[in-house]
Formats: sequence, C-alpha cells, structure tokens
Amino acid sequence: MRHLIDPLDFSVEEIYSILKLADDIVANPNTYQNVCAHKKLATLFYEPSTRTRLSFEAAMLNLGGSVLGFSSADSSSASKGESIADTIRVISGYADIAAMRHPKEGAPLRAARYSTIPVINAGDGGHQHPTQTLTDLMTIRRRKGRLTDLTIGLCGDLKFGRTVHSLIKSLSRYENIRFVLISPDELRVPEYVISEVLAPKAIEFEQITSLEDAMPKLDILYMTRVQRERFFNEEDYIRLKDTYILNAEKMQLAKKDMAVLHPLPRVNEITLEVDDDPRAAYFEQAQNGVYVRMALIMTLLGLTQEDKAND
Amino acid sequence: MINIDSIQNGLVIDHIKAGTGMDLYHLAGLDKLDCCVAIIRNARSNKHGHKDIIKIESMIDLDLDVLGYVDPDITIDVIRDGVIVEKKKLAKPRRLVNVIKCKNPRCITSIEEGIEHIFYLSENGRYRCTYCEQEHGENRN
Ligand SMILES: [Zn+2]
Repeated sequence: MRHLIDPLDFSVEEIYSILKLADDIVANPNTYQNVCAHKKLATLFYEPSTRTRLSFEAAMLNLGGSVLGFSSADSSSASKGESIADTIRVISGYADIAAMRHPKEGAPLRAARYSTIPVINAGDGGHQHPTQTLTDLMTIRRRKGRLTDLTIGLCGDLKFGRTVHSLIKSLSRYENIRFVLISPDELRVPEYVISEVLAPKAIEFEQITSLEDAMPKLDILYMTRVQRERFFNEEDYIRLKDTYILNAEKMQLAKKDMAVLHPLPRVNEITLEVDDDPRAAYFEQAQNGVYVRMALIMTLLGLTQEDKAND
Repeated sequence: MINIDSIQNGLVIDHIKAGTGMDLYHLAGLDKLDCCVAIIRNARSNKHGHKDIIKIESMIDLDLDVLGYVDPDITIDVIRDGVIVEKKKLAKPRRLVNVIKCKNPRCITSIEEGIEHIFYLSENGRYRCTYCEQEHGENRN
C-alpha cells in the first residue's frame, strides 16, 4: 500500500513518472476520463480548505470517479471525539482512496498506519503539503523543461511557509540548483533547513532582503503570502506583510523567460498588473494542481499504463 | 565504600553517570518492582571518577531502549549463581516508543487517543517525533 504523506516519500524517478503522466493527461484528457470509473475518493477535511478540496474533487471527477467526504471537523465524527485511527478504518470500507487535511501535524501519517486504502496528505497543520510540492514541481518543469540547473528565488514568509520548506527539500535532490532566499530577517528559513538540507549537499544559496536585487538572476520566483495566523501579534503582521510586493516595475528587472509561481491565494504580494505578464505562472499552477493530483490518484490506485501492462 | 551484598541472581546496571541513578530508576520503571533493588550513588569508578550503580535481585526484562536513551554509556551485568555471565553494552536506540513524549501542541499526539509516542534518532544524534518531526526538547514555533 502506497501513501503520500511526506513530499520525499517518492523517489526522483517516481516523481518523474508522475509528472510525465500529468503531462500526458494535459495533452490527452479524453484518454483518462474513465480510468477511475466506479472508484471513490474520500476527502477528509478536518479544517476547511476549499481550494485544495476542490482541486482533489475535480481531479477525481475528471478521471470518471466519484467523491464523498466532509469539509470541516464539525460535520465529521471528529466532533464526537472519534480518533483518526478509528475514522480511517471505517472510511477504508467506504472509499478506494482518501485525501486528508488536518490541523494537527502527523494526522495523515497516523491515518496511513491504520488505513487499508492509500492516504494522501492534503496538508497537516504547518507541517507538510506534498501535493502542493508536486504542483510546484510540475509547473517549474512545464515552464523550464527541466528540474535541474535552475536558480530559484523564494520570497516572503520563509520561516513558517511549509510549501517553501517542502519545495527546498524536493528541489535539493536535483543537479545544479541554486537558491536565493529573499525575506525579512524575522522570516528567514529555519536553521534546520540550512543545516540539514542545504549544507549537507553543499547546495549554493544566499539569504538576502531585497527582492529587486534578486530579480535579474532568477529562473523561477516563488512568491508566498505572509499569513496572518502565523503571527502572534497584529503589529508584526502589519509591519511585515507589505515588505515584498511584486509589481510590473520589478518584473522589468527579471529574465525574459523567468516564471513567477505562487501557491495562492494571494493577498497583495503580487499586483494585478503582473497577471498579464506571460511570466506569471500562478493560475496555470493552480490548474496543474488538478492534473498532478489526477496523476497521483492513478499512481496510488495502480491504474497507470505501466501497471496495466504488468497485469 | 559501603558494602552492599553482592547478588546471586539478577542484574547490575553499572557505569550510570553519577547523580542520574534515581532518574533512571523511575524512567526504567524499577520503582514498580517487588524484588530487592539497591541504588548506589557516587560510587568510585576507575574510568569515570564517580558513578551510580543499580542492583536488581531478579532476572527482570529491562527495557534496554529506555536505558540506552537515558545513558548509552551504561553497561549491564547479568549475574547467575554469583557470577557475571554476560556484560551488555548499550547504544542509542534508533527508535523510541513511549519513552519520551512529544510536547508540540500542534502534533497529532496531543489529541489522538491511544497513540504511541514514537521518536527516531536523527542524523544529528537527537530524537525527532515521527509525526511532527519536531526534535525532543526543541521549541521551533
Ligand atoms: Zn510530535
């Protein structure tokens, strides 16, 4: 039984297969519209995240499957105090695959240990969000044609932003990657990202505070939102949230084939004028999220062509 | 040194870092034993200056993971008919189950009923919760 709990659960080769399948889905969507017929995806969302849930549901519906589930803890048995271990054992009898979102870190791992169906981590607190990472990798690969030899700028909240940490970890497995970490001093990446991910692999990186200085060298700019809920006081939030705003003026400093990514939703860190720039890749990225989740669901259910060939 | 009767059958936990014998006594659950247990504090040691020793007059099943976690330098002598028949050396265990607790309030272990607290030894030699990956004793926030 395969699950996707941590972005590094898949090897580089496995990620390559998933991204290749996602590309084929983009090119030939009709080929895949019935591959999950009579299969059910359970979306177990213990906290609301409409965007992620809809992306999973769209993915399953595009494959001809159906979906069931709940979208907040109040509407689930969790409000009656049922444990994750019990819930997933019951759901295992109702569905063929599950996507779980939970405010507590490690909840999907707990579920995976008791589940008899594949479990996908759809975000566990501030910890991991592996399908976002797959989405990011797919978007970078489709824009640049490769996941190697890239200078990647990450901008904004690099301290609390889990998508940033997962992306750094995942990209660190590819050849010749350089990172430009752009953030206020208060929101730099945690020390462990440097000591456990970047330093051991001798990956080149710089930590700077100016987005403008970084712009000319970047192949990819990954913007993030400064999340209000990560701050303990309102003053800090207001002081820092507008520090890094990407606008048309800053875009002029960038390479012609640079790509701007953002996990969305944005608040105001990317101005609306940037949306019309061909380098803006964030809406395409959201769309890619559906394709890569389709490829992931097929892979975990063993419905890929290679699996069929081996039958 | 005070003379403590040597045991005929049982275990001697030796080379415990001086001053930590009592903690180990509780952590290893020795306070729950019915048999005779002696804790010797600040015994003179050739190697370490001072050490603590615990003698247990029974062949109990010691949780070596707990002992290895608390102090990997400990040795355990198994004694039968007054003779040391085995000397066990400890090491830091790769996995700890229900020895230490995750203190991260955002971790699933803080709410899930019946969940085991599982830690694994990370590359830096410290223990990390398998669920939230926070290091034991760390407050990452
Ligand atoms: Zn934990």
